[in-house]
Order: sequence, then C-alpha cells, then structure tokens
Amino acid sequence: MEKEGSKEIYQNNSVKITVDKEWCKACGICLEFCPQKVLAADEGGKPYPVNLSACTRCGLCELRCPDFAITVEGVEGKKDV
Amino acid sequence: MSKLKGDIELLQGNEACVRGALLAGVRFFAGYPITPSSEIAEGMARLLPRLGGKFLQMEDEIASMAAVIGASIAGLKSITATSGPGFTLKQENLGFAILNEIPCVIVDAQRGGPSTGLPTAPAQGDMMQARWGTHGDHSIIALAPSTVNEVLFLTIRAVNLSEKYRTPVILLLDEVIAHMREKVRLPLPEEVEIINRKKPTVSPEEYLPFKPEQDGVPPMANFGEGYRYHFTGLIHNQKGLPTTDPQEIDSLIRRINDKIQANIKDITFLENYSLDEARIALVAYGSVARAAEGAVKLAREKGLKVGLLKLLTVWPFPSEEVNRLAQQVDLIVVPEMNLGQMVLAVERAVGGKCKVVSYSRVDGELITPLEILEKVEEEIIKK
Amino acid sequence: MKRDIEYYLRREAFPHIWCAGCGNGIVLGAILRAIDDLQWDKNEIAMISGIGCSSRITGYVDFCTMNTTHGRALPFATGIKMANPEMKVIVVMGDGDCSAIGGNHFIHAARRNIDLTAIIVNNMIYGMTGGQYSPLTPSGRFGTTAPYGNIDQSFDLVKLATAAGASYVARGTVYHIRPLISLIKKAFNKKGFSVVEIISDCPISYGKMNRMQSAPEMLKWIRDSAVSSKVWENLSEEEKKDKYVIGEFLDVEKPEYTELYAMVVERAQKLEVGK
Repeated sequence: MEKEGSKEIYQNNSVKITVDKEWCKACGICLEFCPQKVLAADEGGKPYPVNLSACTRCGLCELRCPDFAITVEGVEGKKDV
Repeated sequence: MSKLKGDIELLQGNEACVRGALLAGVRFFAGYPITPSSEIAEGMARLLPRLGGKFLQMEDEIASMAAVIGASIAGLKSITATSGPGFTLKQENLGFAILNEIPCVIVDAQRGGPSTGLPTAPAQGDMMQARWGTHGDHSIIALAPSTVNEVLFLTIRAVNLSEKYRTPVILLLDEVIAHMREKVRLPLPEEVEIINRKKPTVSPEEYLPFKPEQDGVPPMANFGEGYRYHFTGLIHNQKGLPTTDPQEIDSLIRRINDKIQANIKDITFLENYSLDEARIALVAYGSVARAAEGAVKLAREKGLKVGLLKLLTVWPFPSEEVNRLAQQVDLIVVPEMNLGQMVLAVERAVGGKCKVVSYSRVDGELITPLEILEKVEEEIIKK
Repeated sequence: MKRDIEYYLRREAFPHIWCAGCGNGIVLGAILRAIDDLQWDKNEIAMISGIGCSSRITGYVDFCTMNTTHGRALPFATGIKMANPEMKVIVVMGDGDCSAIGGNHFIHAARRNIDLTAIIVNNMIYGMTGGQYSPLTPSGRFGTTAPYGNIDQSFDLVKLATAAGASYVARGTVYHIRPLISLIKKAFNKKGFSVVEIISDCPISYGKMNRMQSAPEMLKWIRDSAVSSKVWENLSEEEKKDKYVIGEFLDVEKPEYTELYAMVVERAQKLEVGK
C-alpha cells in the first residue's frame, strides 16, 4: 500500500484501487455489494482490499460510492469502469 | 404601441412602463396576470419578440420572479410586473435576488389591500412591503412615479440602478398611475442613458463572484460566458459557496446593505415645489403627489406658505433631505393612501425638529387637493 | 476521452455534507458519468437545484450552478433556458422539493415541454428537516410526522410527468447504477422536458423510521422492491404496494418550447403589429 495525501493506493499487476480515507464515511456499500468480496473493513469501517487478485475491475464499488472515495483502475493507467 | 421612439404619444402608465423598460434594454419579462398591472404583461408579450426578446407567462407569481432571476443570470435585462397579492408571493425569490445581487426590476401597481382587497382601486399600502416584505436584513431600492412621464423615465432609471448596483429595484405604481393616460414624449434610443452591469476583468480562474470593488458592487459574469460559479440562497463567501464563518457572514450582510446606503445620493430623486420660504411642507409620492401639488397651488392662492417635497425615490429613504426640510419648516404633512406608512420614515428622519402629521385615506378613493388643504388649515388652527 | 470524476467537482467543498451512505452522492456520480460520456463542455452546463439535502448537489460541481429556493428550481431554470437556449440545463430536486412545494412548477415545466432535464432524487422523506413524510412516502410507511403510519396516497411521478406533457420519462434506482447512468444520458440527450426519478436511500431519516438500519440494508430493499415493466404488469394491486417499476416509460418527439418561442419571434418580426 502506498499513501498519497489522504489516499491509500493498493495495486497488483492488473488493478489499482485507491481509497480516499478523508472522503470515505464508512457507509459499507462497497463492502456489501462487491461481487467478488475483494474488500474488507478496517477498524474504522472503511474499505481496504483483502483479496485484490479477485478484483475483476467491474467498478461497481466506484459507481455506487456516495463519497467519490474509491476508484478502480487498470494498471496501464486507463480507467476500465 | 407600434412605434418605439421619438414620438409624442398618449400613453397609459402601464404602457409607459413597457416602453421605458424596452428603451432601457430589457429583453426578458415573466409574469402572471393580475389587475391593475396586466397591461404591462400584454405590452411585453407584443413588443418583446419584435426586439428578439423573450416573454413568458408563468404558472404563478413565484415562478415569474424565479424566471426573471434566471434570465438575468443568463444575461438578459429582466423585469416582472404585479400588484399587492402577487408582490407578496414574489417576496420569497426577491430575497434570493437581493442576497445573490441579481439585477432585475419588479413593478408593483398597488391596489387596495390587505388580501384580494380592492383590485381596481388605488392604494399605497405596499410601501412597507416594498421595504421589508422579504425576511432578513436587506437593502432595497424603490421608486414611485406620479405621472405617466415619470413612469417612463423611472422605469429606465430602475433598470439602470439594478444593473449598476447589482440589486433588485422596485417600481411602485398605483392603480391610478398604472391606468391613467397622459402625453409622453418618448426619447430617441440615443438619448437614453444605458447602464450595464460591470463585467469581470479577471480570468475565470481568478474570478470571485462576490468580491466587491470600491463601490461595494462585485462585477457579474453571466452564465454561459466561461465563468463557472455558484449562486445560493445560503449565506455565502466571496466564491459563492455556503459559509458559517461569522466574519464572512457579517461582511456579506453589511455589504449588501451598505452598497445601497453608501450610494444614496446617486439613487435619490426628489422634486421640490414652492419649497423656498415655505413654513409648511407636504411630503408625498405617487398619485397623491399630484393632489399635493394641487394643494400647494390652492394654499399659495390663499397666501399660505406651503410647499411640496415629492419623493421619486422612496427607498432608501432620503433622510438627509427630509431632515434639512424639518429645519426650515414648522410642520410637515404626509398625505398617503394608507394608514401612515412613509410618515414613519419621515418622523424618523425629522427626529423631532418639526411637527409631523399624517393624512390617511384607505377607502379606495383618491386624496383630493382640497382635502389636503383642509388638513393643513386644521393644523394651522391647532397651533 | 474519459476523465476522472474529480475534473467535474469543486474539490475544496469536499468531503460533502451528506450522511454516510446517502444516495445523493451516488446520484451525483451517475449524473457526472453521464455528462462525461456525452463529453459536454463544462461552460455550457447550468445545474439548478431547490432546497433539501439533494439540492446541495449544485455546490459540489464545477458548472454554472444555482441552489435556489424550495420547490422553485424549475422556474429559475426556465428563465435561464429561455434567455440562453444554448445552455444545457439540468435541474436536481428532492421528492418533497419537486412534488410538494414545487408540484405546480413541475407539471407546468412538463406542460411547456421546455428543454430541461429534471432529476428527482426520491428518498421518500424530508431528510434535511429530520424525517417528515413527503408526497412520495408510500402509504403505511413511517415518518416523524406520520408516527402512526402515513395515511396519504403517494404520487406516481412517472404518470404525473407523462400526463403533464413531458417528452421523456424514466425511473431508476441508486442500486441499479449502470442502467441509471444510461437513463440519465438519454434524458440529457432528449430535446424537450425529460424526467428521471431516482429511488434513493436515506438511511438516517427514512431507514431508521422504517426498520432499515444502514445504507447497505436500504440498498438491498431498493434492489428487491424494484421490478421491470414486464414483472409489474403481472402483479396484483396488493403486490404492487411497496414495489417500484423501473425503466423507461415515455420517449416521444414533440415541439420544444424555446424552439416554439423562436418561431414567435420570427412571426412577431414579420408581422406589422397594428395599434
């Protein structure tokens, strides 16, 4: 995990998930509805990937995030959602 | 109503208002039918499209005021017209326009009230509604013509003042002024002074929509011109975004009041009749000022030293001039078609320097010159 | 070219004021993704709102924006559109804002068929004032002003907008997020008055009064109560209670108001209007 301001970046060879810890309000929507159960809650209820390799980059967490706090990108740089 | 310039015409007050607005560059009207102002909407419906302007009949008075504000923000000089009951409904969005400093003009052709009141009879019962109708501390400019010619020129001035000071301006007619016909010489377009809102001189990135210049007035970019910013009915900072910072709140509320008060000399229009050496002054406005002028003539014939101060600007109230008058005369009589609204402002301005009495009529009938003279004589006997 | 959503946001205003899990942010995201897909120029977009939680949307986006008075967003937007028909005008309203205090403006904007897109965030409650029932709160549900259950019938905004004269009418939800973006995009592209009602969640004011404790729980309820037209048609009246039919309901071509007014201008300038 890398940090960039309030953002935490998680990355493997194919996917990069960024969580803005300041904007996130720990509503739990991304955790509940991730089809691959990629995300888990930290002690504050905010998401981090526990199973990054299972991510299919469907982007539903990003699209349903009410706080613009989570993004999913392909590692080539282009967004894939 | 087919010609737009340079003629002498017999015009109704409401028609003169339409002509004045068009000469001043108004290109948008939104309204809702209401007596005795409907001829303004009708005239606008006919003439605006000929000039490439837009006319909208909205679903109600509230919507009309909203549309006028929207159109002004999009860059068109905008006006609406109504009467007391509609003016009450407009107060909601009038407050929005005051807080957001949107140039626009609201014509209120006053009729008897309260409520539906007397739709076809004159009154001056909305003077305080014009000043304090919308909630919260705010400033307002209100003008009150007493002849059809004045309707024409004060409409032009109302539009100009709204642009100059980024504020709504109210034009207070009454049923008599709205419906009477008088000879008017329409100025040529080149004779009409036009004032346009100040535009920003900085780039969109640097622009702060509520940052005032020296005169207290911020330059205004229209929507669609490359400046993206926010309007809100919430108290806002110079960027236009909501704020809860006490200092920012205080400075905004004070500024939107001060920008009018600080420029009161530029905003005030008054006329004096026989005030030199007068010992008694009448202070009047609107159609009552006509009767007051008649009363002055009758009084002078009788050797009574009576004069008239006619208020063309009623808000902000010309306190300084009225106070000066109080130092000259022994008595000020304020005839009004209400139970004494502007007399309160007169008393406040006079501050005990002379006697102030009110003369009221609220029966839907005009005040006559003779009545005013009788009131003056009655006061003289009391002394 | 796809852009980061942040390109459209006023970053300095974030994090936004909405509660955790509030659907307003989801709706905002859907609107911005639709705009991004259409590659609209930010300078040409006016976004207008009224009063309520959802109306705070306009403060967060980098367009020409206005947070107006309660229920009045549509007439403000009408003035802007008439004055400058080139602008793309989007109006965002809440359920109480649009259908109670703004109900008259809503039907008249539809009647004029003026080229605006009305997006109604329907969370079935007055959220900002603390959970009072709205004209879109279903019968039998609870609000702070309906502590014994709501006895009012609720409006069907889709039928209302259709009957009043709109050109495009759709209903989506914050759960069905990809279809929602498509519906919004179609509405934006429509010449005429277009309406997208979005079933949204208010976990704080609506959820807690109606036995749903969290945003995920509310989104599940939205997922489970939304049905397609086909399913809807075969439901009994009893089964329809508490269910929502989603999808597209109207998509017609008819004369648009600013275009009609342009013809008025042409006619007025051609005709000699006599005394």
